[in-house]
Amino acid sequence: MTIKEKAQAVVEEFWMFDDWMDKYAYLIELGKDLPVIDSQFKTNNHLISGCQSRVWLHAEEQEGQIVFTADSDAVITKGIVSLLIRILSNHTPKEILEADFSFLESIGLQEHLSPTRANGLASMIKQIQLYARAFQLKSNQL
Amino acid sequence: MAFPVNQLRNDFPILSTQVHGKPLVYFDNGATTQKPRQVIDRLVQYYETENSNVHRGAHHLSNLATVSFEGARNFIAQYINAQRTEEVIFTRGTTDSINLVASSFHSFIQKGDEVLITAMEHHSNLVPWQQLCKNKEAHLCVIQVLEDGMLDMPVARKMLSPKVKILAFTHISNVLGTINPVKELVAEAHRYNIPVLIDGAQAIAHVQVDVQELDCEFYAFSAHKAYGPMGTGVLYGKSEWLNKLPPCQFGGEMIDQVSFDKTVFNKLPYKFEAGTPNVADVLGMETALRYLDTLGIKNIQQYEDGLLEHATSSLLKIPGIKIIGRAKQKTAVISFIVEGIHPYDLGTLLDQMGIAVRTGNHCAQPLVESLGLNGTIRVSFGLYNTLSEVDYFIDSLKRAINMLL
Ligand SMILES: Cc1ncc(COP(=O)(O)O)c(C=O)c1O
Repeated sequence: MTIKEKAQAVVEEFWMFDDWMDKYAYLIELGKDLPVIDSQFKTNNHLISGCQSRVWLHAEEQEGQIVFTADSDAVITKGIVSLLIRILSNHTPKEILEADFSFLESIGLQEHLSPTRANGLASMIKQIQLYARAFQLKSNQL
Repeated sequence: MAFPVNQLRNDFPILSTQVHGKPLVYFDNGATTQKPRQVIDRLVQYYETENSNVHRGAHHLSNLATVSFEGARNFIAQYINAQRTEEVIFTRGTTDSINLVASSFHSFIQKGDEVLITAMEHHSNLVPWQQLCKNKEAHLCVIQVLEDGMLDMPVARKMLSPKVKILAFTHISNVLGTINPVKELVAEAHRYNIPVLIDGAQAIAHVQVDVQELDCEFYAFSAHKAYGPMGTGVLYGKSEWLNKLPPCQFGGEMIDQVSFDKTVFNKLPYKFEAGTPNVADVLGMETALRYLDTLGIKNIQQYEDGLLEHATSSLLKIPGIKIIGRAKQKTAVISFIVEGIHPYDLGTLLDQMGIAVRTGNHCAQPLVESLGLNGTIRVSFGLYNTLSEVDYFIDSLKRAINMLL
């Protein structure tokens, strides 16, 4: 599936719930199900700043595609990262850099989140894009 | 007579608003309190009928504004039982008041001197002293907090010595709710002639503040934590000390005579009030304190103690909850953690259910870290909160915990 198709699927999943408590319950389940990050990557180097909770994000290249793993000490935050990872993992740097993040608006996430969480989300996206750019530069140099 | 909480709630327009489709339950009074209609009306009345610069023009409006403004000072001085009206300096709030004293204190501190604070200070009563000590190569010494959230008094006594040039500590902890033994510690400090500054940010709306009884040299508070407007507050200082301290901001009404060679500063309280003051908000602060005065601060405290007791015993029945701060003397502030759950997650879900709480380190990072925590959830009550709100909060909290565990 393309990033766009995956994002659309996530938006549809979210719209199954009318109540925000249910949407949060869903995010919490996603958070709990997120595979744990290898503990060697839970270092300050992998920490994303700008979140009230701590978020670690790691990226690896596998056959031209980027695979993200992440963790957070807060489970709702983990659910949000999990969504991003599900959509953006296993794509090329180019695809990630061209991705349209407006699906977050369709979910209603950004406007619903507290400003600190919204900042945190923006920082996560920025970090994902930074990884993509770094891998792109690296592959261009090869 | 029962505390008329339902009637009082009608005075606060914001309490009838909704959050995420749920009635607002406002339990973040430690951060700021909501404003009664009377205070909001006072601001409007000022701008509609009295607005003018104070102490200046000879015209009708200026006189009116000046009389109101100085009337507010007079009332506030009485409210905190200051000996003299000019001992009340208007500032932007607690932080500004503390910074004023810390900056003016430069000339009273020498290399090697000590400034004594406690481990439960808000950053506002820590960083100004830390900077002062850094500039003067003085030592910032810290009285530790015991596990139950009380000050280690035997150690505090031992830390007092002629080397200490000022003792600054909070009346009530914004994280733990602890009411510190101000009178006792001030008396101990005075044995060495050490002046004492009290951070009253969390006290002014909850307990009686009588500066002569406390006998502290300085007392700082903010209007916005006592149902008044944001952006204004008070520094009380004994006139003996305020006369000694040099001003640290210059210009405007704080000047008596000025030539290009020299300036003679105005007398108290104007010496410390450079520039045009925040007249409307000072009047709003007066109205807020009159509101508290009419209700009676002792009645408010008694009512809030009831909320505190009910909330504490209900919380303790929930498995996995740990209350941080179990001092015997507490105000209506409860910090807690739930085992295995990040405070931020709980805060988010409670917000969904219309409940405003604070999560994080509450601007007291050294304290929270010394307790081995990365944050807490804090509920802090005000005079308009009810027992049924507490019950709704407890039910919502249980629901959130079930979702998160
Ligand atoms: C104990 C304490 N001191 C100082 C402050 C700072 O007050 P303000 O921000 O009104 O200056 C606060 C407010 O959070 C506080 O709780």
